[in-house]
Amino acid sequence: MFDKTQLEEIEKLKHSYEKALEKSLPKGPERKSEFKTVSGIPVKRIYTPEDLTDMDYCHEIGFPGEYPYTRGVQPTMYRGRLWTMRMYAGFSTAEESNKRYRYLLSQGGSGLSVAFDLPTQIGYDSDHPMAQGECGKVGVAIDSLADMEILFDQIPLDKVSTSMTINAPASVLLAMYICVGEKQGVSSDKLAGTIQNDILKEYIARGTYIFPPKPSMRLITDIFEFCSKNVPKWNTISISGYHIREAGSTAAQEIAFTLADAIAYVEAAIKAGLDPDVFGKRLSFFFNAHNSFLEEVAKFRAARRMWAIIMKNRFGVSDPKALTLRFHTQTAGCTLTAQQPENNIIRVALQALSSVLGGTQSLHTNSMDEALALPTEKSVGIALKTQQIIGYESGVTDTVDPLAGSYAIESLTNEIQMKAEEYISKIDEMGGMLTAIEKGYVQKQIQDAAYEYQKAVESSEITVVGVNKFQMKEEERDFQLLRVDEKVGHNQIEKLKKLRSGRDNLAVREALEDIRQASRDTSVNMMPHIINAVRCYATEGEICGVLREEFGEYTENIVL
Amino acid sequence: MTHEKIRVIVAKPGLDGHDRGAKVIARALRDAGMEVIYTGLRQTPEQIVDTAIQEDADAIGISILSGAHHFYFSRIIELLKEHEALDIIVFGGGVIPDDDVPALLAMGAGAIFGPGTTTTTCVDWLKSKVHEKRTLEMA
Repeated sequence: MFDKTQLEEIEKLKHSYEKALEKSLPKGPERKSEFKTVSGIPVKRIYTPEDLTDMDYCHEIGFPGEYPYTRGVQPTMYRGRLWTMRMYAGFSTAEESNKRYRYLLSQGGSGLSVAFDLPTQIGYDSDHPMAQGECGKVGVAIDSLADMEILFDQIPLDKVSTSMTINAPASVLLAMYICVGEKQGVSSDKLAGTIQNDILKEYIARGTYIFPPKPSMRLITDIFEFCSKNVPKWNTISISGYHIREAGSTAAQEIAFTLADAIAYVEAAIKAGLDPDVFGKRLSFFFNAHNSFLEEVAKFRAARRMWAIIMKNRFGVSDPKALTLRFHTQTAGCTLTAQQPENNIIRVALQALSSVLGGTQSLHTNSMDEALALPTEKSVGIALKTQQIIGYESGVTDTVDPLAGSYAIESLTNEIQMKAEEYISKIDEMGGMLTAIEKGYVQKQIQDAAYEYQKAVESSEITVVGVNKFQMKEEERDFQLLRVDEKVGHNQIEKLKKLRSGRDNLAVREALEDIRQASRDTSVNMMPHIINAVRCYATEGEICGVLREEFGEYTENIVL
Repeated sequence: MTHEKIRVIVAKPGLDGHDRGAKVIARALRDAGMEVIYTGLRQTPEQIVDTAIQEDADAIGISILSGAHHFYFSRIIELLKEHEALDIIVFGGGVIPDDDVPALLAMGAGAIFGPGTTTTTCVDWLKSKVHEKRTLEMA
């Protein structure tokens, strides 16, 4: 980026700067002998043009909305439209969650993000023995279309986009959403939103898997195909690094493993006969915004550039929309502290800012009380306002990718890309992500990083304000925590009884048998069959039950 | 007898998939010289208690971040009682509100370690608790 004479002069000046430091440092030493990001990347005292001598601006950084999209996926970024302020929410019953969604929309939230309870995420109805104690706890309990109708009551599905954190049974919940749309008079081509639908990271880091990899991948590619024809505005997958990071990975591992998962999905879809230039447009991503501010900004930029290169070089994609990595961000839940919880507001603000400076398309900001319980309406409100302050007050949104050209940011962007590419090469050598997961390689890498992080916190190498430094002796908590009524499970069971006695059970039986047959023929797309069953109020547990019988269940490969 | 290694089950009951804490604790206990059996995800209380009894464990460590702690602690302790195995120490951690801790202790949990607890705190606590238990058994 600089010519030879300039670089020579810079080198000379740097030399004299370092010479002077040699004298002054013994008197005024630095705070640490080594500075590192939270992921362990050494941070230099100063970055200069010398760190970017090989940098090719036009081909590696370029312009927003243009390959390789380092500076952002749209030409005007937030000057055109701010990111979608999408707060992940859901608890208790459909009625309770519907109230929370309407509150968030009334407060200026611009999209919904549904959290389902664990039985729903794992394909069990609320009356299943494994659902005991879990109904409505970490999200809303949805057993059938009847619950889904209540969940979106008075929420116009043609105006609001909805993201659903649902993976193994994603096709069932998407089917329910399509059916709610039908009832509202909104055809499926007008529905906008996202299903997470990312099973590989469930095996690695999140744990809500049901079926083994092969049939799971088929369900996913069936969704790709079905949506490209029938729900064209739907993001068919949200390939997630968020949970990988929460499980303890480093920043470079987060994007490496996410992109390696993405490569596996693209390969599976191509194998199923789909065109990456078509389904590639509806792939979306989901990342974590952790503590090391500069590293995080660099990480988002590196991920965007890497994905464009992968899609172009590996898969021969040419449609610009299929080259762009569009992503949702959530601030890092694992950085929230139970001690001095108000401090979490500040942590979240900084993390959120890093994702905005990294060019996120949508954002969830965590609430201050989430190390203790699900957030209250008040704490969620503060978290949402945090985004609004960044978006409307801070001015960082007025110019595109404002940190580009920073020697530190560009150097870190390159470094994270390099580290992530090393992991991806290793996974390629192993034969791809499915094999790497089977071997426990990915899990082991994440766990090692998590353990290192824990040791670094315990040795105070990493500072956590209020936990290992600046603690307070006595902590008084003067705010209320959200409590999920223990009766939720009981009420859901009653609702299910009523549903099962009031519906056309012959139609349900036929629809379930139809799913069974479809599941046995891989040339058939499962989606229409699942929609049909959902429409006659077959429950999620019944549908997944048939698929469990046909596909079998995944058993965890325990790595310690 | 007292020189025997401490044997501990680290368990993830129910449907919760958050296993970072459980795995970090399992490794820390192992690094502290204990024999650790990590159950993996989706364990029923019955499976956990059976494993503990079969493995002749000194303790069961339960990690729950889903809010279902009340149900799982009470069920596991109930089952231990049924099997006359209440000498097995039960402890745990996760996302558990402070206000819920007294009830868990009252039903027989030895300790609840919240977010921010160091692994050393857990290790030290468990060592002394097992020592106490073994001394009692010897007497």
